[in-house]
Amino acid sequence: MRTVTDTAYALAASVTDPELPMLTLEDLGVLRDVRESGGEVVVTITPTYSGCPAMATMRDDLVHRLTDAGYAARVEVSLSPAWSSDWISERGRQALRQHGLSAPGPAPRSGGPIPLTLMPTARAVDCPRCGSAHTELTSEYGATACKALYRCADCLEPFEHVKEI
Amino acid sequence: MSHSTPDPNDEHGSVYDGLLGTDTSQWAFGTDFEDPLAGVDTTVPDGLDAGELAAHCLQLGDDALVMSHRLSEWCSNAPDLEEDIALANIALDLLGQARLLLARAATADPSVVPTLPEGSPVPVEDALAFFREAVDFRNVRLVEVPNGDFGHTVARLLLFATVRLAAFERHTAHRDPVLAAIAAKGVKELTYHRDYAGRWFLTLAQGTEESRRRLVGGLTAVWPLYAELARAYSVDETVGPEVDVVLDQILAVSGVERPEVAPMAGTGHTEALSRMLAEMQVVARAHPRGLW
Repeated sequence: MRTVTDTAYALAASVTDPELPMLTLEDLGVLRDVRESGGEVVVTITPTYSGCPAMATMRDDLVHRLTDAGYAARVEVSLSPAWSSDWISERGRQALRQHGLSAPGPAPRSGGPIPLTLMPTARAVDCPRCGSAHTELTSEYGATACKALYRCADCLEPFEHVKEI
Repeated sequence: MSHSTPDPNDEHGSVYDGLLGTDTSQWAFGTDFEDPLAGVDTTVPDGLDAGELAAHCLQLGDDALVMSHRLSEWCSNAPDLEEDIALANIALDLLGQARLLLARAATADPSVVPTLPEGSPVPVEDALAFFREAVDFRNVRLVEVPNGDFGHTVARLLLFATVRLAAFERHTAHRDPVLAAIAAKGVKELTYHRDYAGRWFLTLAQGTEESRRRLVGGLTAVWPLYAELARAYSVDETVGPEVDVVLDQILAVSGVERPEVAPMAGTGHTEALSRMLAEMQVVARAHPRGLW
């Protein structure tokens, strides 16, 4: 039997990211918990970046989706552990590629002083259009905090790469 | 033809009425601000002084806020579109850090928050950002001096991100779990900021005679403010040596010497902060109840 929490989780998990609409909040890894508390559904999400402007929209979209289904809903924030691009699901990575974005590689390890990187970040980035590994970084920063800009040197397609954090 | 000012409290008064139906959540200055620490346990742990914790969070938050504002002044003015976007992204990261840190300061010690008119919807972090005088800001002077050219911005950002990253790495083990969590997020962001500034530092230093002249000029201009920055972030005795190693690495590969200029005398703020705040705060201060 499906519990209230199961049903509410399925609803919350179906909400998509406002800036990466091919990803659900679950696939992006920002949906941390859905629980029932005092007759209310409490959804916990975590920001990707400290200044992520999509947080308010995510909260509103979650509340709307659950309210429309008849739940009283509230959204809470969880800061720890900090979001990592490693939390993007395999389904999410496929969705990114299908939409012309390059999925992140493994996030840098933590522990010890963080090494300075003066050369362009070394990543194995394949062109999501033609599959070529012959790609070059245009900028470490893109239209949203979570993406870098790349260009394929073979098919010349410019594309976005979701950054490793 | 003149228009009367719509009264948002009047059912028939606002031209925006009906635009959103009963959904007020998308209203930019609506009635329901989200709390960046909603659901986070903000109890100050035993053995920590709430006032000192709040003061430290204010310092870290004010540095991020003021630096963010200076970087955002590059919007539409940077040397090219990629750098415009990069500087805006870094500003956004720092604004996010500022918001969390100011909210943490307010929950640790509510007495730091300025008093606003009763019924004002302004959340605590905005009250701290927009309703304090320059004298109450705890930021270092390095972040408040006006932007020079791109070389100046790269030099300032390199010093700031290097020192802040080293301090934030240590704060990931802070006894306050909220500050520790904010620091852990910030470390990931500051790593990108430091690399960005470091790469441009090297590129400008080893670029043309003109780019090198501007970079060295920028570094020399901000260097008198470096000692104060280093002091403010020396959360333990290991920060300074670690920062020196990183800076020496960049300076060596860039072929640039540490400037031989004396630290700027005095404490507190320069006139530049008041001018910056006047612009940053004017709209919020004109509408402390969030209505116009």
